[in-house]
Amino acid sequence: MTAQVYKWIGTRPKRPDGADKVTGRARFGADFNMPGQLIGRVLRSPHPHAVIKSIDTSAAAALPGVRAVVTAADFPEQENLIVPAGEMQVNLRDVTRTIMAREKVLYEGHPVAAVAAASEAIAKQALALIKVEYALLPHVIDVEEAMKDGAPILHDHIRTDGVQPVPTKPSNIAKRIENLKGDVAKGFAEAEVVIERKYTTAPVHQAYIEPHACLASAAEDGQVSVWTTTQGHFQVRGFCSRLLQIETSQIRVTPSEIGGGFGGKTVVYLEPVAIRLSQKSGKPVKMVMTREEVFRASGPAPGGAMTVKIGAKKDGRIVAADITIALQAGAFPGSPIGPACWCSMACYDVDNIRVVGFDVVSNRPKVAAYRAPGAPISSFAVESTIDILAQELGMDPIDLRLKNAAMKGTKTHYGPVFDRIGLVECLEAAKNSAHYKSPVKPGHARGIAAGFWFNVGADSSAAAHVGEDGTVTVISGNPDIGGSRASLALMAAEELGVDYDKVRAVIADTHSIGFNFVTGGSRVTFATGMAVVNATKDAIKELRVRAAKIWGVDPEGVVWEGGKARPAGHNVGEFEPLTLAQIAAQAGKTGGPINGHAQLNAQGAGPGFGVHIADVRVDAETGHVVIDRYTAVQDVGTAIHPSYVEGQLQGGAVQGIGWALNEEYIYNAKGHLDNAGFLDYRIPVASDLPMIETILVEVPNPHHPYGVRGVGEVPIVPPLATIANAVARACGTRMTSLPISPPRLSAALDAAPKLAAE
Amino acid sequence: MSDIKYLAPGTIEEAVKAMQAAGGKGFVLAGGTDLLVQMRSGAREPQTIVDVKKIPEMTTIEELPGGGFRIGAAVSGAVIGEHKKLVAAFPGVVEAINLIGSKQVQGRASAGGNLCNSSPAADSVPAMVAAGVTVQIAGPNGRREVPVEKFPTAPGRNCLQPGEIVVSLTLPAPAAGSSDAYLRLIPRTEMDIAVVGIGVSLTLKDGTVTAARVGLGAVAPTVLLVEDAAKALVGSKLDDAALEKAAAACRAACKPINDKRGTIEYRTKISGVLLKRAAKIAAQRASGATVGGTH
Ligand SMILES: Cc1cc2nc3c(=O)[nH]c(=O)nc-3n(C[C@H](O)[C@H](O)[C@H](O)COP(=O)(O)OP(=O)(O)OC[C@H]3O[C@@H](n4cnc5c(N)ncnc54)[C@H](O)[C@@H]3O)c2cc1C
Repeated sequence: MTAQVYKWIGTRPKRPDGADKVTGRARFGADFNMPGQLIGRVLRSPHPHAVIKSIDTSAAAALPGVRAVVTAADFPEQENLIVPAGEMQVNLRDVTRTIMAREKVLYEGHPVAAVAAASEAIAKQALALIKVEYALLPHVIDVEEAMKDGAPILHDHIRTDGVQPVPTKPSNIAKRIENLKGDVAKGFAEAEVVIERKYTTAPVHQAYIEPHACLASAAEDGQVSVWTTTQGHFQVRGFCSRLLQIETSQIRVTPSEIGGGFGGKTVVYLEPVAIRLSQKSGKPVKMVMTREEVFRASGPAPGGAMTVKIGAKKDGRIVAADITIALQAGAFPGSPIGPACWCSMACYDVDNIRVVGFDVVSNRPKVAAYRAPGAPISSFAVESTIDILAQELGMDPIDLRLKNAAMKGTKTHYGPVFDRIGLVECLEAAKNSAHYKSPVKPGHARGIAAGFWFNVGADSSAAAHVGEDGTVTVISGNPDIGGSRASLALMAAEELGVDYDKVRAVIADTHSIGFNFVTGGSRVTFATGMAVVNATKDAIKELRVRAAKIWGVDPEGVVWEGGKARPAGHNVGEFEPLTLAQIAAQAGKTGGPINGHAQLNAQGAGPGFGVHIADVRVDAETGHVVIDRYTAVQDVGTAIHPSYVEGQLQGGAVQGIGWALNEEYIYNAKGHLDNAGFLDYRIPVASDLPMIETILVEVPNPHHPYGVRGVGEVPIVPPLATIANAVARACGTRMTSLPISPPRLSAALDAAPKLAAE
Repeated sequence: MSDIKYLAPGTIEEAVKAMQAAGGKGFVLAGGTDLLVQMRSGAREPQTIVDVKKIPEMTTIEELPGGGFRIGAAVSGAVIGEHKKLVAAFPGVVEAINLIGSKQVQGRASAGGNLCNSSPAADSVPAMVAAGVTVQIAGPNGRREVPVEKFPTAPGRNCLQPGEIVVSLTLPAPAAGSSDAYLRLIPRTEMDIAVVGIGVSLTLKDGTVTAARVGLGAVAPTVLLVEDAAKALVGSKLDDAALEKAAAACRAACKPINDKRGTIEYRTKISGVLLKRAAKIAAQRASGATVGGTH
């Protein structure tokens, strides 16, 4: 569908990190070691909510082999100040309390102290010697419970923001937001069909396979080095700088290869603690979380409670939507309630929309980003309601969506007006797909849902260095999560007109390239890609200057075409074109090294839309859902490396399927997490899934040189409702609560006839 | 972690001595797929590990005169799955063992380890109960035998006395016209713990059930032999009424708990559902038709 013909873009070469990863040579967070290093371990709260009356670390500190102990007293107090980090807004006062609890513990697993010792065994022994005196407080986990009057209050200083007059009493509702477009009452007055439902989703974890891990070394002269698994080493540097009051130039952070992040590695847990332990002990300190710690104490995605009311004309035209969304933020404010509200109705061009959102704290770990933060939750509620509307109207669910689809010029309920977007193209591609056209097998049913994510631009820096043999190194600063090095190299090769294998893309540490915002928001191929294109253009400019020098002509008289410098026209003179290698070989004589640089704040990230289709079968006796066929359709702008784009669609779909079917945090009455491991936190296994088919729709983003739209987040948005819609059509019972696990679906199926009889 | 003594004796006698010497701090290592996980989590802290994989009697499958089998306690699931005669005679027992974990886990995990770990949800045990397996035990006082349903005594506990180890599992020769089946319910399709597991062994003559055994797992502190379910099936042609009666017996036998893996209601209901399905598969197999399990 791409009008442009490219040599490299759209091809599928091997990724530069591939061989190292399949041979085990790649180094992940836990693979960094230094001579003389100590092992750091964290003591965590066994209680979901308690005042810390005292901490006595003396016995631990006295244990032979223990070299340092830290508590909150080792970290400076921080201002109540909101700063951006990753795709979330964070408050440093809260971040320092996430690193180490201060006056209170707010969830089971909340760090209260840490030790560095000569061995893991000694560190564990030392933790057992730390005496913490707690005064227990009542706790609350569930978002709706936390919002009730009389719920245990987590923070005495929180007054619900966004409410007038300013409340006088503390509340667990940290914030109320409202988006309004048109006149909702008027819209519903015009409606001929109104559907209203209540929905809930369970909290889920990103379930990256690599636990958090880092190595920190604080030298005697104050310089700090950190190796860590992260989505943003510049963010790690920034957080550590502020939390520990060390200048950024003194902290050098090197990212490891990353075993998944999905948003969960845009925040810090271990790094500031490891640095402090290293400063106190004078030795490098290595810290690696166990899987259990990852579940109990790292940022999951919130659980949500929603009401959705949608009014439509009999012909399917939606005339009004009224939506309420409450999200669990965890122990501190800052759930992705904004994106949840904005994404909820972004797929539809509707005149009258009101969306009200609540950011609610409860005794769970503070949430972190998870692919399209907030969007899957609100989208589940809206897309389920639209499916009910389609059933009620007897309309094809794709046709209903086509009738209301947002397009260029649609004004969203949260403000912006869409430029060129590809939702209609996705819906049409879904409708024309082999999957949708195939008959539904007996005993099966088909569900579809759409989804949206903004995609992000923001800050990137890049450099292109030409080697003496004419091969090129492309340097940028975003940890590569989904194959971005390959995509960056492809764009550079395309610009330069040289072969892909002549370009090597690497990720530099914080001291070796300018600032790059996190790998998140589906921004890297878009924004850092743009920086790489610009850096490559900058290098090409210099190559033209050098060719001009060699030929003794004006640089304006040299063009760069097909990987060679050529005279711009006959009037310049007759010269044999010069290859990159030929120019590089003479660089010493023509002005020295040839490099290109770029830095930018990328604007115009193209919004992404997707449509998913699932065929499922329900075992009516057991409540077991079997997915027979699944297709993910998405507008990807331009697929720079189609395999890795498809991989994003497949991975997002699978994570969304897990969210729909089995994943959930299970808390017991004591507020303890009962399933802090992969045995009982059930992500899908390969045998649960059919091949996830993908259809790449390419509506180029007008704001990127190669038309790139972010692709990594959209695909996790539609699956929740896609599965729920298919299940509803398969068994006649609509599951408005996730996950649709066998015991829950079985109970709902057993209750359904009874309800009908009543 | 303090130092751990690792021993790999070549005979049963040496293994028993080593276990005796270790007092309560000795653990047998078969495949290690439970033990190593438990050591990592700190749930078990052995001082001595007695690896039994060098003992021939524990690592081989022997055909017994008359058509029975003796499976060494440490034989891996993968080896069991490749034993054609065993698969033909006890497809239910073999499919239960082969359901444990994944391909990788199968290369190590043993039925003996599954039994000795004594989880109420252990997959191989209901099938072994249905098949009438006898557990061969060796200890400081010599050898003894225990019917498999008597072996586990509580979650994580069994009837082994200090110094005793399980040597092998004896499957009695199947009667003519008999076969078995094992089904479990898990929320996913593999790598999971049974919410309910059921083994059914049937003998049929001219379409009528002449003998039956039902083993039911994950619904009580130990795997159950459900004799009432067997009684309901015997004499029937597996008609709906008989199957429903047997399912009701299974439901009545359940003493489950509400936990992260399932509710009391769900486990109870599913025990009946799986009884019917497993009985049908066992019957089809007994009458010569080949059928695969659905889970
Ligand atoms: C990823 C994974 C998936 C799993 N999936 C399943 C599953 O689907 N179903 C299931 O039932 N289990 C499952 N398990 C648990 C485990 O694999 C099984 O219980 C397996 O059968 C144990 O066998 P093993 O040989 O590895 O036992 P080991 O770990 O070697 O031993 C288990 C216990 O029994 C003791 N023991 C072993 N042999 C003897 C003996 N001969 N005499 C006395 N004591 C002995 C050991 O000391 C130990 O306490 C899974 C485990 C993992 C890691």
